[in-house]
Amino acid sequence: MKQQSNWSPYDNNGGTCVAIAGADYCVIAADTRMSTGYSILTRDYSKICQLAEKSVMASSGFQADVRALQKVLAARHLIYQHQHNKQMSCPAMAQLLSNTLYYKRFFPYYAFNVLGGLDNEGKGCVFTYDAVGSYERVGYSSQGSGSTLIMPFLDNQLKSPSPLLLSAQDAVTPLSELEAIDLVKTCFASATERDIYTGDKLEIVVLNADGIRREHMELRKD
Amino acid sequence: MFRNQYDTDVTTWSPQGRLFQVEYAMEAVKQGSAAIGLRSKTHVVLASVNKAQSELSSHQKKIFKVDHHIGVAIAGLTADGRVLSRYMRSECINYSYTYESPLPVGRLVVQLADKAQVCTQRSWKRPYGVGLLVAGLDESGAHLYYNCPSGNYFEYQAFAIGSRSQAAKTYMERRFEGFVSSTREDLLKDALFALRETLQGEKLKSSICTVAVVGVGEEFHILDNETVQGLIDAFEIVGEETPAPEEAAPAADEPAAPDQGAPADEGAAPMDI
Repeated sequence: MKQQSNWSPYDNNGGTCVAIAGADYCVIAADTRMSTGYSILTRDYSKICQLAEKSVMASSGFQADVRALQKVLAARHLIYQHQHNKQMSCPAMAQLLSNTLYYKRFFPYYAFNVLGGLDNEGKGCVFTYDAVGSYERVGYSSQGSGSTLIMPFLDNQLKSPSPLLLSAQDAVTPLSELEAIDLVKTCFASATERDIYTGDKLEIVVLNADGIRREHMELRKD
Repeated sequence: MFRNQYDTDVTTWSPQGRLFQVEYAMEAVKQGSAAIGLRSKTHVVLASVNKAQSELSSHQKKIFKVDHHIGVAIAGLTADGRVLSRYMRSECINYSYTYESPLPVGRLVVQLADKAQVCTQRSWKRPYGVGLLVAGLDESGAHLYYNCPSGNYFEYQAFAIGSRSQAAKTYMERRFEGFVSSTREDLLKDALFALRETLQGEKLKSSICTVAVVGVGEEFHILDNETVQGLIDAFEIVGEETPAPEEAAPAADEPAAPDQGAPADEGAAPMDI
């Protein structure tokens, strides 16, 4: 019987990420649990990375690949700043992330990303990705092990009744910043109950005209 | 310097052991508009004179940010300077990526010098025609280096390159011993005064000069026009009269700011310092 390969270059470190776009803010959140198999590696690992002044990325999946991806994007952003004498806009970063992911189409970054920030007009924007760079601008999204639990709930709370009335592109939530943060906390509290890979602590990043702000919330540790 | 039969190729030695093409490249640096640098224990300041091709055109960029902690001012063939700045930026980014820490300035200048040396030993290349004043801050403190087309580099407390740089050097030679303990403001003041020396009576305005700073807790950045004009006004630089500085013969005996431009008839080849 031919021996099958039992070594994989990938591992899944679990975790969940969420982002919600508002009229003049964006909320990006992720839990801080890092796991492997049925074990916990650490309860305090950040999955969120600020790529530019108005772009924040949260990624779940294989954290070694996530870290490598963050470094590549940071280096590319520095080159952009040298050449253009300004920061990259969020839509520009979104395209760069997509291209970077597709560049490794045949040995992908095992990273499930959600990019949040403010667009050129100051409106909140969220971009959601698959592992090879397919992306779309949306009003809200979640990725990771708890996304199957969170996404339907966000659809229930935030989705516009019909794409004919309000296209997905313009679907920034009418919720206020505080209401959106509260919604995110609710999402994670629920996901933590049923997803074993989500829990410990919730890290929330809020981007608005005043700049960037961070918040933490404790989650169940079991 | 005069034309001779040993100056066609960079790979041809003269009987006196000189590479004339390399020395000609250093002449190109002297033709460029002035750039000066000075450092204290905690800060390094770069300043340059902006020369525009004509009244209608914009001036050439002579000061480049290389990384958060390193910047460079150039004199000579600015196109060569731009290309070398791109190389320096790339080296800094790659080092940061691999080691998650900023590239030490001393390492960068060695890499730059080695790159310049290659062009002095290949028959199909020419030396870079640009002198670089590299200003940076790392764990071992504030640094100012001068990189030469010959592939040599030197560390300085203060230095000036480009046309009429001797005037700035004379100004700084008298004061350099105090620079190490200067405050940031005093360093900026001395930089602007030194720069004014190179203007030979022309009025110093923020529109004709560029000033950049890097220091402890301060990322490398170029000061904007209003800030520079504010400094010029505050130091009342415009109002003061300077005695017209004499373009003295190269002060080869001055250890502080060695002059690269020894004329041919003085014997010592510039690279032998």
